[in-house]
This record gives sequence, structure tokens and C-alpha cells, in this order.
Amino acid sequence: MSVAARRRPPLRIRVSSQVTRMDGPLLVAAAGLSAIGVLLVWSSTRLWNGAESSAFASRHLMNIAIGVLLLAAATLIDVRWLRTLTPVFYLVSMLGLVLVLTPLGGTANGSNSWIVVGGFQLQPSEFAKPALVLMMAMLLSRTRENAGKPRIPDLLFALGAAVLPMGLVMMQPDLGTTLVLIATTAGLLVLAGIRKLWIFLLIAVSVSGAAAVWFLNLLEPYQVARFTAFLDPSTDPRGVGYNSTQSLIAVGSGELFGKGLFHGGQTTGRFVPEQHTDFVFTVAGEELGFIGAVTIVALLGVILLRGLKIARESGDRFCALVAGGVVCWFGFQTFINVGMTIGVMPITGLPLPFVSYGGTATFANMIAIGLLQAMHIRDRTFT
Amino acid sequence: MNPLGTRLTVLHVVVIAMLVVLTGRLWQVQVMQGTKYASTATATRTRNVMVPAVRGQILDAQGRPLVRNRTALVVSIDRMQLQRMPDGGREVLKRLAAVLERPFDEIEKRVRPCGPGIRRPCWPGSPYQPIPVHDHVSTRKALQILERQEEFPGVIADVQAIREYPLGRGAAQALGYLQPVTQEELERRQGLRASFSGVDLVGRDGLEAVYDEWLRGKPGLRRIAVDRMGREIGIEEQVAPVTGDTLITSIDGRVQRIVETAITRAVKKAPRADGAAGVVLDAQTGRVVALASYPSYDPSMWVGGLAEGAYERLLSAESGRPLVSRATHGTFAPGSTFKISSVAAAVYDGYPLNGIYDCPGAINVGSRAFHNFRGIGLGPMNLKTALIKSCDTIFYRFAYQQWLRDGGMKPRANPKDPMQFMARQFGFGRPTGVDLPGESGGRIPDRTWKTRLWEASKQENCTRAKTGYPEVAKKDPSRAGYLKTLANENCLEGFVWRPGDAANFSIGQGDVLVTPLQLAQAYAAIASDGKLRSPRLGWALVRPDGRLVKKIDPPVSSKLPISSELRNYIKTALAGVPKEGTAAGTFSGFPLDKLSIAGKTGTAEVYGKADTGWFATFAPADKPRYVVVAMVSQGGLGGGSAGPAVREIYEKMFGISKDGKTVKNLDLRPAVKLPTIRPDGTVSAASQ
Repeated sequence: MSVAARRRPPLRIRVSSQVTRMDGPLLVAAAGLSAIGVLLVWSSTRLWNGAESSAFASRHLMNIAIGVLLLAAATLIDVRWLRTLTPVFYLVSMLGLVLVLTPLGGTANGSNSWIVVGGFQLQPSEFAKPALVLMMAMLLSRTRENAGKPRIPDLLFALGAAVLPMGLVMMQPDLGTTLVLIATTAGLLVLAGIRKLWIFLLIAVSVSGAAAVWFLNLLEPYQVARFTAFLDPSTDPRGVGYNSTQSLIAVGSGELFGKGLFHGGQTTGRFVPEQHTDFVFTVAGEELGFIGAVTIVALLGVILLRGLKIARESGDRFCALVAGGVVCWFGFQTFINVGMTIGVMPITGLPLPFVSYGGTATFANMIAIGLLQAMHIRDRTFT
Repeated sequence: MNPLGTRLTVLHVVVIAMLVVLTGRLWQVQVMQGTKYASTATATRTRNVMVPAVRGQILDAQGRPLVRNRTALVVSIDRMQLQRMPDGGREVLKRLAAVLERPFDEIEKRVRPCGPGIRRPCWPGSPYQPIPVHDHVSTRKALQILERQEEFPGVIADVQAIREYPLGRGAAQALGYLQPVTQEELERRQGLRASFSGVDLVGRDGLEAVYDEWLRGKPGLRRIAVDRMGREIGIEEQVAPVTGDTLITSIDGRVQRIVETAITRAVKKAPRADGAAGVVLDAQTGRVVALASYPSYDPSMWVGGLAEGAYERLLSAESGRPLVSRATHGTFAPGSTFKISSVAAAVYDGYPLNGIYDCPGAINVGSRAFHNFRGIGLGPMNLKTALIKSCDTIFYRFAYQQWLRDGGMKPRANPKDPMQFMARQFGFGRPTGVDLPGESGGRIPDRTWKTRLWEASKQENCTRAKTGYPEVAKKDPSRAGYLKTLANENCLEGFVWRPGDAANFSIGQGDVLVTPLQLAQAYAAIASDGKLRSPRLGWALVRPDGRLVKKIDPPVSSKLPISSELRNYIKTALAGVPKEGTAAGTFSGFPLDKLSIAGKTGTAEVYGKADTGWFATFAPADKPRYVVVAMVSQGGLGGGSAGPAVREIYEKMFGISKDGKTVKNLDLRPAVKLPTIRPDGTVSAASQ
């Protein structure tokens, strides 16, 4: 750390130089995934009743436009301001999660996960992901002098900060997002350099917690059914196994080159449910084939690897933890989402980052890219 | 120095591993197993709907329809869908019965599958086929069903082509009928099994069955894309059905009607008559011009499933088994019509053609006296007169003498049996090979047949030879005595070809049985060039646009082993029958000078029943154009029952009035050229 870094710089934003210092591949990958997402959402919703064929695609495009603004804002915000404002973001986000559980919240697919703000449907659980990353990064970046390890009180604070949104999201109930929060928390704790003993302890607690959840029947029956269906989809191919069976058929039938955009029969017949949101990858698999599916995985890989690079090149613990946290979040969500469509993961309601239809998720993803860019720019500026 | 140290490297490895896993799995699913999933996808996404082909028409020789199609609104039921309902679809059927204004009971019976112990109405077809329950619903009722599909799940109302029979009862047995294809037939037919919907019918009898392969056409296929709710969202592939070929027959609808009317009248006039048959052949080609059987029925009753009790009526003895053709399936003793064979056999055996033979009132054959008809002696005569007057005793003597030459009661190793030999040469004793299913071959009794009969009945006869017939003795002691003697005789030497058997055989009596079609075939051989032709109703199969697919010619099966001199002798002799012989009374007033008719009457005795009357003819006698055979079962004298029917047929065919005057220049001739079918489907008779 240089002495100059300690001096508070004047709060000026030089937009042009900020833009040129942004990480190009990261932007290109996010833009490419968003573009593919628009096409896939268009293809999967074009024949839906009572709507213009491109209605969903246009809405999605608009969401992306808003997301780009949020991305820009996150990019341009000064890291120190960001750090200062983190508790505010976190509290606002938690307030949103609480509101969802009040009568203000709306229900979709059996979960209370919506609130309506000014005509917009927002899903606060999506904002909880970047908020948690920021909050934990902030708490865990305070280390004992040169020890490189978080202080015990901060560790406990961080755990508390993580458990609160997990609990609130679980109450919606939204198992998928809860799992993302758990994975991100775990990843951040590991990255923050906690002792191996702690890691084993946390694993032990998680395992016994999972066992408790399982044996105390805290899961909804459909969640249990999804899990058993994942272990053996043939148990009930028309019931809970239906989703995994049908998405495998859709993806597999794309073969090497796909059936062509707008030419997927499984997509047209809506054999896979939620094919514009959680199962959008099946549309890619069917219509764009292995080539298209791998392209999506590769673009997501670019985002993850650029995120890792930013974390690695960062000289600041906070920045590195934010970047690492985002990587954990996107990485887990990507693996679960793509994995469930090809039968390597159980069915969990999670969107595919940047590709799935969904306003709040798009906003949150864009904010995350903006955060990565901000960390990147900060490193270029101050090191 | 990186503030997060090696932990970031761990995350890096995890991310790379995840990307590799996903890519590898995608390769496995999409590239390695892609083909499998692609075909699964096609199967889940598409439904194959068979579009039934329109069945080909059956036309007569002038191009007039004998069987054609009409469209009808048909209501059918998908039984598989009904069975999935909790109440087995009872509610739906009840609502349907109310709309159709039919009793619920009846509809329920129609949709149950046929099986042992289930009487018609029931469904004889495949369980996967829609079952038609009503084939002429009004548009209003069809709409009532179609517009409220949610109330009528599994009920289908659509336009289908169904069979129509312009001749009504005419030629019903020859035309045949359609029935739903059974599961076994479906499985035997390649390609149909996997993909089929719509009612598939097969020809179950008559021409519909024999030419089914051509008439049926090829069903079309529509592969429709469906969504996950099974709703149609588009057509992926469409193969248009191919209409079946049109069968042009040599049947002349006008002649068919004439024959039907004539034999019906003959039955009505004869007090005990219970059935009749009429056959008209083209004398030169062996084609069938008319083939009638009485009683008949209207084949349209099969359309859309038989009503309750209808099947039983079609086959019951009280209604005369109208389903069974007496012309091809019915076997009757031919009586004296058989003598053309016997006279040929005698000459073939060496009796001089121009010899003079005595015709006494009776002769002794073995120990029994065999009488002439009514016991009247007619004195010496030539063979021609023997045919004209139908002398029996001359033929008895021929048969007896031949029997004696064959060794009598102790037959030689290789008996000549000239009568049986010649009968077989005339085509008796085996099916004619006509293009109709299930034809009967009749019976030419011989030594082998007797042995087999004896073996089969020996036990019964030998028991009866001891016990006698006490139940008969109560009413008729003399008959019981006769039966006991007969049983004893049959028990001991029932296998022996006895002189009485030979004598009876010579005049087409005893155990000789022929079908009217066999007799017509034999007379056609005499009338034409001495060749025996297997009769054909089918003449040609053509595409609906007129292109010829296949021409059908009656094949020559054999040549009579008789000289043309003998054949012409028989022809001349037969021409005398209506002039001065046994049919003279029937043909009094008929202008034989304008239309000379050659023929032979036959009166066959049937134990316990009235005689079978026959008249087998061809005309014009010098240059035969038609062979006309009529048979009236229990009609009495051939000249009195079948004779007038034949006369009526000729009168109407050639435009002659009852009093023998030519009233109109009708002069029907067998069609020589096929009717023309133009590419637009219109048909016209060829100019002859």
C-alpha cells in the first residue's frame, strides 16, 4: 500500500478515462450473453398466446438497458464511497426481503418473492446477492495487522450478515437463491483466509444443518421430490422427473449444430416449463446445439476468469473479496443452472446469469459486472 | 502480493473444473447421445395421424357404379380415451346418446369389443380405432358435439367416405361388404400397425375381399406437431392418401337386375321354393355378367356397424341365410343338366355318337329297377333325342355297363369310371376358381369318397344295423325296416361303389352336388370352344384417373377331352330342348326362330324336400353369346320353375315381350371394351 493511497483523493469522476480503463473481455462477454439471452427469450416466447411475438424479448431488452445504466453507475462509483455505503445497500436490501414477506409481496410459483415498486416488479432476493457480497467483503477485509486473516468478531459479524438474508429468502421460500447465498458466503469465508479448522467446522455445521433440514422435514415436499427425481429421473417421468427428462431431451436433441434459432420443436411445444427463465439453457441447447451451448458456457467462463483475474490483480482485500464473491455467486449459479438442464444437478429454481429473462436478476448481474469493473479500475488507478 | 493468497488459486481450479464438467457433459448429451435424444424429441413432439384413403369404386361393365362412396358425418368414439375416465366414459356415452337420440344401451353395446359370448352389436375391430356409433348424423348434431368437446371427450365427429350400393340388394353376396380391420389383420399388414387412426375397413367377402389390396388405396400420413398439452401447433409432414383403384367388373347392372327379378319371381311362384340362383356368363370369354342369389340383403346394413340381431338374421335358416351366395356357395344335385357330361362320357367311352339306344320305362340296375321319369318308355332313339326328351334309362344303362366293365362289386385295380372322369373334365367337384372367396367345389362322388364316408359312418351304421330305428318304427315301421337294412348294408360293404351309385351319378342324382356357377362354367365350355375357363367378375383395375393398372382375363383351366364334332352334336341337341323337348312348354310362343336357345332342364330329387329345378342354357344356340343358368331350390320341375325364370331373363335381355314379339330392339351384348374413365373421373361405356 502506497502512502498516496492513504490520502483521500478528490471526489471527481473522469468518465472518459474510466471507460477506457474498463476490462474489455468482461464487458464483451456480458454483452454477448445478454444478446444471446434476448434471442433465446424471443424464441421461447414468440408463440405465446395474447402477446406480440417479441413482447418478452423487448421487455428483456429494456431490462438490459436499465441494467447497463446500473452497470455504469457501479463502475463509476468510487470504491471508498462504495465501502462506506455498503451497510446502507445491505440494509436496504434486507428491508426489501422483509417487505416481500409482508402483504406487499407477490406470489409466483409458490414463492413470495416479489414486491411491486412504481409499476416494476422487483425480486429483492436478487439484490441480496450483491449486497451480501459487499457486506461480507467489507467485514472480512478488516484484518489484524498483516495477518491476512479476518478478526474473530468480524468473522462472527460476517456470519450473522450472511445468515440474515439466507433466513429471509428461505422464508419466501426460495431454496435456489438460499443455496447461492450459502455458496457465496462459503466461498468468501474461504477466500478471506479463515483457518482450515474453521472451514471443517463450517462444513460440519452445514452438513448437520442439511441433515436437520432433511430429517426434520423442513423442506417443501416438492423440493424433496425434485431431489429424489434428480437422483433417479425415471421414478416419475411425467411428474417431478418431467422437468429433468424434458430438458435433457430438448438439450440433447439439439445435437452438434442445433435446430436453428426459432426452429426448436421442443421449445415451440413448450415441453420444458419456464423455458424463458430458469430453463432458458434448454432453448440454447436445442436451437443452437452443442456449439451454441458451449459458447454460452465459455462466455460465462470468460466472466468468471476475468473476475478471478481482477481479484488476483487487486492489491486491496476489499476489492479482491468483492471480485471473488461475485465469481463464487456466478460460478455456483451457472453450474447449478446449466447442470440441472443436463442432469448433473438437481432441479433448482435459479436463472442463468445474463441469459434468463427477469428484470431484477438482470439488474443485479449488471451491478455485479459494474462492481468488477470498479475494482478493476481502482486497481489501475491506485497501484 | 495478492491479499487472498493461494485461496484464489483454489477457486480458480474449481471454476476451471466446473467449466470442464459442463462442457464434457454437454458433449456427452448433445453429440454422443444427440441422435437418441433427437428421436425421442420427435416422438414426444409429434403425433402421426393417418388420413384414410378413399376406397376405390366397383363399376359394372358399362361403367355404372355397383359400389360407390358417399360422404357422411360419422360420430365415432375413442374407446382408449373413454377407458381412462373414472367411470369408463359412461357419463360421456349417456350425454352422447341424448344428443344422438339413440338408446344409451345400444351405444354402449356398440363400443364393447367383440369376444366369445358377446353377440353383435359389438366392435370387431382394433381397440385403437375410433368406433363409429352413428354414420348419418345431421350437421346440427355433429356441431353440438364438436362445439362442446369438453363435454364429449373421446367423441369424434368427422366427415368420412362410406360405402353406398346403388343396386340395393343386387349382387350383394358377390360384391361383399366391409368390416373393421381386426388387430391380427392389422399386425399382419406391414406399416399399418404403428401408424393408424381413423376407421380402417377391410373387404370381408365378395369382390371387396378379393380385390381389397387394390381397392383399399394407401392411407395418407399427417405428422402433426403438438405441444405438451397435446394441442396441435402445426403440420410437420404430410403425405396425401392415395385413393384405391377402381374395379371394373364384367357385371352388367341391367342384366343383374333382370336376373334378380326373374329368380325372385320364380321363388314366389313355386310354393315350396326357399332359394334360387341365377348366373349369366359371357359365353365366349367366361366373364360373369350377372351373379344372383335369392334371398339377398342390402349390404348397406354393414355400414357403421350392424344393428342388434342383424348378424343373426343374415345367417339364420329362417331368413334363408341371405349372406351366403347360392350361386357360388350353394351345392345342389344338378339332375339332368348333368347329362351333357354323361353323354360326353359315354361317347368318350366308346358308345357310337350316332347310335340308336332304347329308352325303356325302366331297367334293372343290379337288383333294383331304375325308372324313367314318370316311368314312361320312349322307345329307341339317338343320343340327341335322349337329351331333348331327357331319357334317364339310356344313361342308367351306360352307367351300369361301365360299372360292370370296371369289375362291378369286385372292381378292377384301376377302374375307368368314365362318368366321374368326364364330370371332372367339365370342372365339377372342384372350385371354379372364380374371383370370389369361399367358393364351394361341389361333390363328384367316387370310390374313394365312398370309402371315406364308410369309414366315418361305419360305427353308427353298424350299431343301427343291430338296434334298428325304434324311434322311426313307432311312426313308420316299413321305413324303419328299410333303414335298418340300409344300415346293415352300409356297415358291411358301405365302401363299395354300387351299381345304384353309378346309375344315379349318370343323371346328376344321388350324391352329385354342383354349384350353379360350376354348371354355368361347364355349359360355357360346351357353348364356346370346348375350353373350361375360370369365371371372373373382375375385368380391370384402373386408377381413378383412368390409367389401367391391371387387366383381368378369365384363365383357361383345361380343355374338354371331346371332339368338336361331339361338342357341336351336344349343342344342336340342346337347341332342341326348348323347341320340342322338356322346355318346350316353357318356351311356347317364344320366338326361337329369332333367338334360338339351347339348354337342358334338370329336376333333382332331394330327400325330404321338393325337387331342385334347373335350367342351364346358352343363346343364341348357333353363335352363343350368353350362358344363362337358373336354379330354384325346392322349385319343383326344372322346366316349370327355373325355365320361366330363364325365359324371362332372355325376354328382357333381348327385348322380347311375353307374347313372343320383339317389342324393342334391346339386344344386349356382353361388353367387349372396358368403359372409359377420363382423367377427371367421369365414366362412360365404351361404344361397342
